[in-house]
Amino acid sequence: MAIITYRDALNQALREEMQRDARVFLMGEEVGVYQGAYKVSKGLLQEFGEMRVVDTPITELGFAGVGVGAAMVGLRPVIEFMTWNFALLALDQVVNAAAKMLYMSGGQFNIPMVFRGPNGAALQLGAQHSQAWESWLAHIPGLKVVAPGTPYDAKGLLKAAIRDDNPVCVLEGEMLYNNKGEVPDGEYIVPLGVADLKRKGEHATIVTWGKQVLVAMAAADQLAKDGITIDVVDLRSIRPLDERAIIDSVRKTNRCVVLEEGWYFAGVGAQITDLVQRECFDDLDSPVIRVTQADAPMPYAKGLEKAAKADMPKTIAAVRRALYLD
Amino acid sequence: MAKRTTTAKASPKPAAPVAAAASDAERTLHMSLLRSMLLQRRFEERCAEAYAIGRIGGFCHLYIGQEAVSTGTLSHLRPDDYMITTYRDHGQALARGLTPRSVMAELFGRVDGCAGGKGGSMHMFDKATGFLGGHGIVGGHLPIATGVGFAIKYRGGDQVICCLFGEAAVNNGAFHESLNMAALWKLPVIFIIENNRYGMGTAVERASAINDIYQRASSYDMHRGVVDGQDVLAVRAAIDEAVTRARTEQSPTLLEMRTYRFMGHSMSDAVSGTYRSKAELDEYLKRDPIALLRAHMEERGTLTEQVMQELDTELKAIVQDAWDFAEASPEPPLEALMENVYVDTTSDTGNAAGAWS
Repeated sequence: MAIITYRDALNQALREEMQRDARVFLMGEEVGVYQGAYKVSKGLLQEFGEMRVVDTPITELGFAGVGVGAAMVGLRPVIEFMTWNFALLALDQVVNAAAKMLYMSGGQFNIPMVFRGPNGAALQLGAQHSQAWESWLAHIPGLKVVAPGTPYDAKGLLKAAIRDDNPVCVLEGEMLYNNKGEVPDGEYIVPLGVADLKRKGEHATIVTWGKQVLVAMAAADQLAKDGITIDVVDLRSIRPLDERAIIDSVRKTNRCVVLEEGWYFAGVGAQITDLVQRECFDDLDSPVIRVTQADAPMPYAKGLEKAAKADMPKTIAAVRRALYLD
Repeated sequence: MAKRTTTAKASPKPAAPVAAAASDAERTLHMSLLRSMLLQRRFEERCAEAYAIGRIGGFCHLYIGQEAVSTGTLSHLRPDDYMITTYRDHGQALARGLTPRSVMAELFGRVDGCAGGKGGSMHMFDKATGFLGGHGIVGGHLPIATGVGFAIKYRGGDQVICCLFGEAAVNNGAFHESLNMAALWKLPVIFIIENNRYGMGTAVERASAINDIYQRASSYDMHRGVVDGQDVLAVRAAIDEAVTRARTEQSPTLLEMRTYRFMGHSMSDAVSGTYRSKAELDEYLKRDPIALLRAHMEERGTLTEQVMQELDTELKAIVQDAWDFAEASPEPPLEALMENVYVDTTSDTGNAAGAWS
């Protein structure tokens, strides 16, 4: 096992899959000469050449559609959005084209492609650069959505996403790229739709994904000091959703907190809460509690931004409420 | 203006030589063009009827009046070339070689339709003929066409893709993004504006800052031309040049085909009266693409009244057969509702050698 960064784990996944399959190419803003806005594609242009590592103009709708067209005729594009915030300009291609082509063609044209890039907030980037889009994307039948929180999952999920014959949205995290973790030396994939119990406990379940996995783990560390042990269910995939993993954990702990980066209203947490009340109604000892970003655009000012984010203290408070300790 | 292509100006007479006697090749070509256009016409006349009695639902946009564009364009493509278009797609599907049965069954929402009844009027698809769909969002398929052009270049092939869209799409950001990339990367894409003068009810002069919209290609240093879209031979000539350029130089072209739709925008739109006058419509009806070719053929001695009548009778029977077939085709079973949302496959083996399928 090597200890590598989340960034390098993604880089390895891209390199290995491009070596494995000549149909796979990477396209996006600054992926080539600049080596990636976040250096995820470092060295790939040199190894694979400019036909397979393609710098685009700033034209998100355009190059997302280029990916769809290439996928329709047999290539396997990986489309990088510098951030998912910019992908809003491309949503017609993601939602109206990639997600629906298989269905409206009666099964003739599947779209084997990946849309990937950092999702959610970093630090003090303001309202337009600090948004978590998973509830928008996961709402769409035809899309798969994954959000790795660790280097191991980042590599394994990206490889699985590239091999999948459906369009897959990979939500990374700007604040995750430098994080380090263990990654096996050999070949592996993390299958889509399989959650991972990142930590085992008795008293409550935290369901989360993406960068919030780190928040949940930190909260669990703190709670352990008070003798409160937590199941941290890392969904890894939001769609398809590993319902079994959530149900099994909540039936064991009888209490559920859903921690997500995005907004409260119509968030992914609402979907999970629906699942838990339906499947675990008699198992629950307290209502499901959701921890989310404040229901406002992200402010710039440091103190306000901190107050807006779904952070460790709020997560701890939510668990304590679920346990009727506060 | 080095890149401006030479094309026929709008004129009432097709631009073809009239001196020499018609050869067998000319006769064969003209008959195939006439057949293609007349099939679309007869087919869509029955579509209007089917819509009126509820066999066809939803939105239904007829192509009547524009057949020279589809026929002239698609008569030039190879079987392994690609074609993608907008939602006014019945005629183009037929011109590409989809069977009248599969198109009518799709319109009727039946299992034997070219998309299994899941697409409908706006979403004809056929993988076998490289027909990459009718698309319902104005401008949305232009980036997709650009991507197909990218894939052709990526694989090192000499195929082309023809991308048809209405003149209103040129005001959409996707148009700019697509043409810029196609020119920047030298992709074998032929962008074809079907300028039928109206984006729904908005005249081109009320929507575009310039009237000669093919000149927009100058922004991308792209080859361009304007074509009499009612003259199938002029369309063919322009496409020939663009296809050759795409195949040999992998270079894109923007062609503006000036045409006119004889029907309303969709079935709920009156043919004339609100945004265009009866007088204007009547003027354009004089330039019916089928009548123009027919007149030309009669002049050239490649068509007689009797042959025309026989062809018409045959095509009406083919359309009736398509109707009967569609009517007899079952509706999709309810299990189909949740099928084709995802495929359950992955690429297990990879393709390190780049063997293109």
